[in-house]
Amino acid sequence: MHPVMTLVAQRIALGLILLLAVSVLIFVGTEALPGDVASAILGQSATPESLANLREALGLNEPPLVRYFSWLGGILTGDFGVALTNGQDIGAAIAQRLGNTLFLAGCAAAISVPLAILLGLIAARYNGRWPDKVISGVTLSTISLPEFVAAYFVIYLLTQVFPLFQPVAMIFPGMGFWEKLNAVALPVIVLVLVVLAHMMRMTRAAILNVMQSAYIETAELKGLGPMRVIWSHALPNAIAPIVSVVVLNLAYLVVGVVVVEVVFSYNALGQYLVDHVAKRDLPVVQAVGLIFAAVYIGLNILADVISIVANPRLRHPK
Amino acid sequence: MNAEFNHLLKRAAKGAMSRREFMGRASAMGISAAMASSLLASAARAEEPVKGGVLRAGMAGGESTNSLDPALAASEVPFMVNMTWGEMLLDVNAKGEIDYRLAEEVSANADATEWKFKIRAGVEFHDGKTVTADDVVATLKRHTDEKAQSGALGIVQGISEMSASGDMVTLKLASGNADLPFLMADYHLVIQPGGGVDNPAAGIGAGPYKVVAHEPGVRHVFERNPNYFDGTMGHADQVEILVINDATARTAALQAGQVHMINRVDPKIIELLKGAPGISIEHVAGRGHYVFIMHVDKAPFDNQDLRMALKLAINRQEMVDKILGGYGSVGNDFPINAAYPLFDDTIPQREYDPAKAAEHYKASGHDGSPIVLRTAPGAFPGAVEAAQLFQQSAAAAGIPLEVKVEPDDGYWSDVWNVQPFCASYWGGRPVQDQMYSTAYLSTADWNDTKFKNPKFDETLVAARAELDPVKRKAMYSELANILRDEGGLICPMFNDFVEAKRSEVGGWAPDPNGELMNGRALAKCWLTA
Repeated sequence: MHPVMTLVAQRIALGLILLLAVSVLIFVGTEALPGDVASAILGQSATPESLANLREALGLNEPPLVRYFSWLGGILTGDFGVALTNGQDIGAAIAQRLGNTLFLAGCAAAISVPLAILLGLIAARYNGRWPDKVISGVTLSTISLPEFVAAYFVIYLLTQVFPLFQPVAMIFPGMGFWEKLNAVALPVIVLVLVVLAHMMRMTRAAILNVMQSAYIETAELKGLGPMRVIWSHALPNAIAPIVSVVVLNLAYLVVGVVVVEVVFSYNALGQYLVDHVAKRDLPVVQAVGLIFAAVYIGLNILADVISIVANPRLRHPK
Repeated sequence: MNAEFNHLLKRAAKGAMSRREFMGRASAMGISAAMASSLLASAARAEEPVKGGVLRAGMAGGESTNSLDPALAASEVPFMVNMTWGEMLLDVNAKGEIDYRLAEEVSANADATEWKFKIRAGVEFHDGKTVTADDVVATLKRHTDEKAQSGALGIVQGISEMSASGDMVTLKLASGNADLPFLMADYHLVIQPGGGVDNPAAGIGAGPYKVVAHEPGVRHVFERNPNYFDGTMGHADQVEILVINDATARTAALQAGQVHMINRVDPKIIELLKGAPGISIEHVAGRGHYVFIMHVDKAPFDNQDLRMALKLAINRQEMVDKILGGYGSVGNDFPINAAYPLFDDTIPQREYDPAKAAEHYKASGHDGSPIVLRTAPGAFPGAVEAAQLFQQSAAAAGIPLEVKVEPDDGYWSDVWNVQPFCASYWGGRPVQDQMYSTAYLSTADWNDTKFKNPKFDETLVAARAELDPVKRKAMYSELANILRDEGGLICPMFNDFVEAKRSEVGGWAPDPNGELMNGRALAKCWLTA
């Protein structure tokens, strides 16, 4: 087998083992709640009878190992069970919410990733001159702003002063694509502001690092323009660090945007998780936790694979 | 009556101007408040309901954990959802009287132990089945089952026997209760076909709107029930509740016209919002109150002098002004106010009196160590600031309070009803008996002050079966006095429901029974434009 394939296969296998370990942690973590799950759910309204009923319904009388494997088996066959609080099918609820999460993250990424790389290239090209300073200054100030402050600012500016968009960003099945895009415009703007600087700075730093190399000097000496040098010679060699930062930000866009979801009442996975944590709805918490872990691990594997594939030394071993 | 006044009247009737503003302008023109009020009422009646359109409410208080099972409703959005698709036997109207809904006649025997409800004929559920007495009995039976986890369990527990024959439902009570009709108006007791036993969360009821989409924590969509029995409700073709828990987003959505009405307007922004074009603030004194509660069975709160010292060391008016922004009224250390029937307004108001508080503090013999008062941002809006104000006013009387801010998560399970002194709130109940029975009877589940007083219990039970309103009022007055002087409740303030709506909403009328016209705002209001 080609050594790159072996490496990739290794990464994927490691990722799966990691995911299994995370599933154990999630299960044990929720088991370790003070009292037992049933009393955590019922809280002050618990009576001995209702506790016994709930324990029976949750199957808490089985040994932990049996419960872990039946839970894992359920998830592997796509059965997440039902929410304790309202009896809704968790799989169906998550599928819809996950779709919304990915839609928002996708829109934000589609704008922020190309923009960040482009700005990073420009900043590197004009290193130390005014375009570099303006780009760095603006993106660093938007990243320093807490998300909710940026969100309120955007709401005020774009719904009150200039009424272009709607402050509540909920999307529903049955809405058209443009309607959905219009609905998520404000959260997308906020997320772009938040993730831009990190990716831009890394692009700039990685390019500047490569610019010290001898082959860049050669390229300059043979008369290529500065943008051409960066585009054809520096960027391909700086891909690995840029990709890993881009992926880190993508993971954040999927799993870390609950504050933005709440401010814009956007019906995605983060808010769904937080609501169920507050009500100690453990099957939901476990399922969403596992999905977030899977997204995180999956994206990191992707970053690894891209760096491997982008590295000629790994692609063509001697 | 001049042209300008008529113009104002028209605007106020349409809802383009708040009632408060109208009354102010009218009095500036030399028209008495009573006169202006009655003119406004008739002008509002003359505003004919408009059919059609989509009416939307933006609400705080919904979670993705919410269910359509009416028994489980415990926060604002599920309450509003119940009131939109559901119908109960009876309802309590804005004047505090009984409105007949699915029951069209109610009668009781002399000692209020046996009640008969005649079920309205020909009313249909959303699935086309006719509402029968059997459905009513099955519904009440389901709520008595512990497994149903009903919020109305405490209400239906007192019913020892229920039966249906023809169109008549008979309920027999273990002990007499003159308030039973008010209890049957509880928003959990939505009548469901077959009692909702097969599928409690089916959302099939006999209310003014049918459930179209139920996305908990996101939105609830309803369409008009064409077969609804009461023509005064159900004007918009479609109504929606959007769950917007963030206060800023909720206000922005109202201003942008994405929703037509919102609940829970933060007192801090009322003045700012008033200036916004096309928006009016609606507020009504309700029965909800913000409290500090002491466990009377735990040191140092088992000492009557110490309790009295703390009650005298709180500045109630300051709390109303600063915590409620003036949108509320002072409390008097018992959980009842003028919004309740049979309220005794002659009970003297307890005032802030640091000198007398210091006397009682000295008499209590307390060792002077700081008394820990626990609070949390979610105990009630402004609970942390209120505790700090209390600390300041108590310090002026030489009483050291230590404010401990607890996290919101777990506050209701680990602090409230567990720690001896903490901040809390009550939403109030439709009648005095229910409020006292829920939280101040010795045996009450939620006796969060651990108040146990045999005389109090005896009077409360006797008042419950007393059908003579004069005698009953005197008994409630006695209860209030006992609790005010001996109880563990410090009640500084009753909060108003503060809401906001856009000027195109017609048919708005204040209702002290609950938020957003007691949950009926979507069913009773219409869009004028």
